[in-house]
Amino acid sequence: MTSLLPARPATVDHVGRARASRARRRGAVSVVLALLVLAALAASLMFGQTFYGPGEVLRVVLGETVPGASFTVGVLRLPRAAMGLLAGVALGLGGVTFQTMLRNPLASPDIIGINAGASVAAVVAIVWLGLSGPTVSALAIVAALATALLMYVLAYEDGVVGTRLILIGIGIAAMLDSVVAYVIVRAAEWDLQVAMRWLTGSLNGATWPEVVPLAVAVLVVTPALLSQSRNLSLMQQGDDSASALGVRVERTRLLVIVAAVLLIAFATAAAGPIAFVAFLSGPIAARLVGGGGSLMVPAALVGALLVLVADLAGQYAFGARYPVGVITGSVGAPYLVYLLVRTNRSGGSL
Amino acid sequence: MTDAHRLDVQSVTLGYGDRTVVEDLDLAVPPGRITAIVGANACGKSTLLRAMSRLLAPGAGQVLLDGKDLRRTPTKEVARKLGLLPQSPIAPEGIVVADLVSRGRHPHQRLVARWTPEDDAAVAEALAATDTTELADRPVDELSGGQRQRVWIAMALAQQTDLLLLDEPTTFLDVNHQVEVLDLLTDLNRLRGTTIVMVLHDLNLAARYADHLVAVRQGRLHSSGEPGQVLTAACVEQVFGMRSQVIPDPVSGKPMVLPIGRHHAASPLEAAPGLSR
Repeated sequence: MTSLLPARPATVDHVGRARASRARRRGAVSVVLALLVLAALAASLMFGQTFYGPGEVLRVVLGETVPGASFTVGVLRLPRAAMGLLAGVALGLGGVTFQTMLRNPLASPDIIGINAGASVAAVVAIVWLGLSGPTVSALAIVAALATALLMYVLAYEDGVVGTRLILIGIGIAAMLDSVVAYVIVRAAEWDLQVAMRWLTGSLNGATWPEVVPLAVAVLVVTPALLSQSRNLSLMQQGDDSASALGVRVERTRLLVIVAAVLLIAFATAAAGPIAFVAFLSGPIAARLVGGGGSLMVPAALVGALLVLVADLAGQYAFGARYPVGVITGSVGAPYLVYLLVRTNRSGGSL
Repeated sequence: MTDAHRLDVQSVTLGYGDRTVVEDLDLAVPPGRITAIVGANACGKSTLLRAMSRLLAPGAGQVLLDGKDLRRTPTKEVARKLGLLPQSPIAPEGIVVADLVSRGRHPHQRLVARWTPEDDAAVAEALAATDTTELADRPVDELSGGQRQRVWIAMALAQQTDLLLLDEPTTFLDVNHQVEVLDLLTDLNRLRGTTIVMVLHDLNLAARYADHLVAVRQGRLHSSGEPGQVLTAACVEQVFGMRSQVIPDPVSGKPMVLPIGRHHAASPLEAAPGLSR
């Protein structure tokens, strides 16, 4: 460290090339993920009791009438696949947003009870109030926002500390989950399939009227969230450091919380609280792209891939059919344990 | 970066909730000089620095950047003139050095980020200035404390501001790295005319490296000016509540504070009063 000579041209060159190559690597990961999502989507349209080839599937998707395939693919499989894709994107994005903002993989909305808030409202609306359709979605969304607000207020003390919010959230989640269980148990003639949706999440019996609100939410909220991705990355350095770089911290935080909660709420209202997708997507994306860049796009794609593949596996990989949430749950729970063990070993707190 | 920006603190009162930490404090930062703020723990020096960098809104009074109220200036515009290194910034997991330093370019970029050759040049220059070029592609997590601090300073340098505020930039560094960091800041000041304001714990390093010393006592300005005039035994006694002897530093000729505790004073008269026997 001698003087402040301008950097040698070779250094400038190296900095530029290294940055470009890291950006290319991130881009390549997203492209590969997008292709895999496309493949999973195609598979979920082709496979089933009856196999339809890519040609037939494509014709149905383009709106042609194909005997047999039009019903099976167009009415049964397409809405299911679309819901899987959209719910995965919404959960992946919502999850990674919370994890990035609170700098902790445990801060995922499904761990801290935001999904559970939406579930409670939906179950109560359906079982006790006999409501259906958009009203249920609306209530689920309001409940998710209210849960987020409640947690924020409880965790607030000279600013929000991630750890406290996580612990409070885990408590709230446990409470809300028990309410869901209570309501479902008391619903005598409630058939098990629908009940399962609200315990672990399922894509069974997805129909277009359920898919449309989720699609609208994803299309509206995602761009808003992506526009904040750079600010959110800078906030990982701490509020002071981000402010010093010109980020309007409070405004960004409010915007991304509302956006992420909306995504989670709409996804949960449509497909139930598909276990651990929000929790897993971010860390998997981080493994794939490496640190430093925004994880939003890769996490959204990982979320979609997780849901689509888990749904396929749940339907066909085992003798019996399992809802998607059972599969994602059995993958996610061990990871949760691993995270906790690792945190403990390194002597850190949450 | 020649036209120096001015930063003036005008009778600010600062606090958190009901607790007032700084009261009615005035401070004009001398442009193009190095200012060090010193004071006892919890005297409000870091709070003052937070207000000077718009992280904390004054309860009363104002902070002016080039004569304009800091709170009324768009935060990105402020970030192009004034850089800040907070006490303990957090490096995002897995980020490499060059990427972290690149983040200093944020205030110069538009919403849709287009990375320009100037950005690369600024990053390379910041790496070179802090001697971290060799570390550019290493993850920040793997670096030592001294290296990490240099990387954070590099990020602030990449911001290319005329004013640089630092909150205890030498904490957690061994003495060699402390001097290294302060030398770097002096280079910046001498060669580029960057105005530097820093909170420092070490009185002797503050006296040696600062052109302008600001002593804060219980949230109020105690004294300010050249270290030679400000740093007297009386000042140390009032600001830190500690007896001392101030002698010329044999290395720099600046004042040097020799604390007087209850033990190890050559003559019993010198020693501070202790337990009565």
